[in-house]
Amino acid sequence: MADTTMEKRLPGEAVASKAPSPLLVAVKETIFTAVLVFLLGVLMVGFQTQAIQGQYLSFVTRFDDVLWAVAIVPIGRFLLALDRQGQSWPALIVGGLAFLYFFGAGSTGVMELDVYKTLPLPFEEAMVNVIFGLGALLVFGTAIKSLRTAGQGRRTLPAREAAEARRANFARRLSVVLGPVLVAAAVVLPWTPWGDRQLVDSLVLVLTYVMLGWGLNIVVGLAGLLDLGYVAFYAVGAYTYAKLSTELGLTFWESLPIAGIFSAAFGVALGFPVLRLRGDYLAIVTLGFGEMIRIVLINWQAFTGGPNGIGSIGKITFFGFPFERKAAEGVTTFHELFGLQFSGSHRVYFLYYVILVLALITNFATIRLRKLPIGRAWEALREDETACRALGINPTNTKLTAFAIGAMFAGFAGSFFATRQGFVSPESFTFIESAVILSIVVLGGMGSQVGVALAAILLIGLPEALRELALYRMLAFGASMVLIMLWRPKGLLSYREPTILLHARNKKPMVSGTVK
Amino acid sequence: MNAALQQMTEPAMPLLTVEHLTMRFGGLVAIDDASFVAQHREITGVIGPNGAGKTTLFNCITGFYKPTVGRLTLAAADRPPMLLEQMEGFKIGQQASVARTFQNVRLFTGMSVLENLMVAQHNKLMRASGYTFLGLLGLPSFNRAERVARDLAVHWLDRIGLTHLADEPAGSLPYGDQRRLEIARAMCTEPVLLCLDEPAAGLNPRESAELNTLLRSIRDELGIGILLIEHDMSVVMGTCDHIVVLDYGRKIADGSPSEIRSDPAVIRAYLGEEEE
Repeated sequence: MADTTMEKRLPGEAVASKAPSPLLVAVKETIFTAVLVFLLGVLMVGFQTQAIQGQYLSFVTRFDDVLWAVAIVPIGRFLLALDRQGQSWPALIVGGLAFLYFFGAGSTGVMELDVYKTLPLPFEEAMVNVIFGLGALLVFGTAIKSLRTAGQGRRTLPAREAAEARRANFARRLSVVLGPVLVAAAVVLPWTPWGDRQLVDSLVLVLTYVMLGWGLNIVVGLAGLLDLGYVAFYAVGAYTYAKLSTELGLTFWESLPIAGIFSAAFGVALGFPVLRLRGDYLAIVTLGFGEMIRIVLINWQAFTGGPNGIGSIGKITFFGFPFERKAAEGVTTFHELFGLQFSGSHRVYFLYYVILVLALITNFATIRLRKLPIGRAWEALREDETACRALGINPTNTKLTAFAIGAMFAGFAGSFFATRQGFVSPESFTFIESAVILSIVVLGGMGSQVGVALAAILLIGLPEALRELALYRMLAFGASMVLIMLWRPKGLLSYREPTILLHARNKKPMVSGTVK
Repeated sequence: MNAALQQMTEPAMPLLTVEHLTMRFGGLVAIDDASFVAQHREITGVIGPNGAGKTTLFNCITGFYKPTVGRLTLAAADRPPMLLEQMEGFKIGQQASVARTFQNVRLFTGMSVLENLMVAQHNKLMRASGYTFLGLLGLPSFNRAERVARDLAVHWLDRIGLTHLADEPAGSLPYGDQRRLEIARAMCTEPVLLCLDEPAAGLNPRESAELNTLLRSIRDELGIGILLIEHDMSVVMGTCDHIVVLDYGRKIADGSPSEIRSDPAVIRAYLGEEEE
């Protein structure tokens, strides 16, 4: 069985000459993996630094953990190697059993939702189980996949294209349904029993990132400009409102447009010198600009308050009616206006709806812009700048508009952030923020609005929900990135709907294989 | 300068006048003092062995390169003559209405066929959309302009026979269709001079014959000038009114197809010198 599968999978190779036995290949890979795990593990896991009496730095060794890893990880590799050569059953059985063992509710209780409060195991050991459990799941899943496709051999190009087209069509139809459902759910959620204050507060953060993701999507997804310093515009928006509020006493609603315009102006000013660069070079320069803004914020003590930031920024008001228990003389508060009992939650719920509306404005503006000549020029520029020049499109201006509009939405989000927190400091605008926003865009599927929203829920909402993961948040973050890139290399929901259709879309997609 | 421009506006002025064009890359002279003209309503062929400087010539005319020496004058019927060598790259497409295709097809592969043709009408539509501001509001004047642009795109799709594939990604088209689509995209910019860089490369004989028909109909119906680089002699001899031959960056011959066919310098360049 193994040999016939090999033959089908590697059509170009001479199978007639004796192929090495699957077992031998697998053992070789296993030994290699064991050595690799040891080399990596002995340094990263084997030694743990420890502070002694808060003064001296020492270390403890954890060689037993390294040995466990060296023992377990190569087994997974061995199973995968066998699977790749057609022997899927060992991977299926061992992977499945291992998954049950590591993830099993009985052994660790990890399956229970409130596991982190009632852990039978110390947290770290539970995490180790989770990691091995995920590894076992990977082995199990791979085995299932190869068993399902066994005997089909390597798929031909038209077949793969057809599968790709089917996938894109599925993503399109899913998005068409999912978009309105998500919006409707977001609108009614605070009124449902699940919409308690804590959840809504988390969702405010998620929606901020959804908005930032949609804003960056214009720059990265549509115009194809890799911007690693997007957080700079977010910072400009936040500080603009902070200054306007504390110095001039402007309210959030008065400052919002100013912050947007100011951020857009910054986008143009930063973009003008750097936008003739392409690809990697642009990414590096935008990264530098992002850091520059942050360092200016830290060092310009007199204006930005330096590392201490700016505090007591004006809180959001219900179009002039503050959310306070007792307002100043002659000012009606929100609860008095509606004759409600005062509650601290009102402000949170209002913030939720404000960011929802702001995010949806970003979304609809993007959808509309895509169908305008400027949006088509962005996408054309992403595809081929040389051809654009030949068609008389001004590349610099076109890129600048993308940069400016993306920056403007970041500015709106920034001033929302400032009014929500009541406090801004440079710490909130580090490179990792840019990285997270970019990950949201890439994971969501570049250019896909619904995909970006899903990715934001995943990347921001999940860590929020699993706050207790603490140290391991970045690990989970990295793992989810790797997994999505493995299974969905083009992002969660990647498809591209033409901005103009000549023929009404027929139900069955026309696959390029059917074209004459 | 003004007097010179005055003179140039005479109707006798050819569509494109290339004077003493020289393009050097460091020590390499890609084009060496080439002068020729391309007339209105004519297909001017540019031929020559590989490396003769044909594509470099196109890159100079369409603003991708700045010529080291020389003058390129474009004299369209409805506007004052323009000096192409002084214009920034994209403005040659935007203001001088020179369109081009590329030796290796450069379509927007991820965008649909129709979108490729809409992008070509970018400048016109940008004005109609009030540089995006009015377009955001969805004013009827913009929608009208968009419809007109779409009709022009459909007109060209009909002519190249790709209307049924209008909503497919351009990258999924077969090679011959992509070549034709690139010509249609260039035509959607409503050019006065169309520069085609080896449009018949990779086409089969039937497709080349269709290309001949298309090029002749563009010339006859729209009255624009075409500058054509081509190795396929059936296309060159079948369509060109006038042929310029380059070899090692120098112009070695210039004349009607029949003259070129019997020109000893051309035969030498293509077949090599006879040993004597």
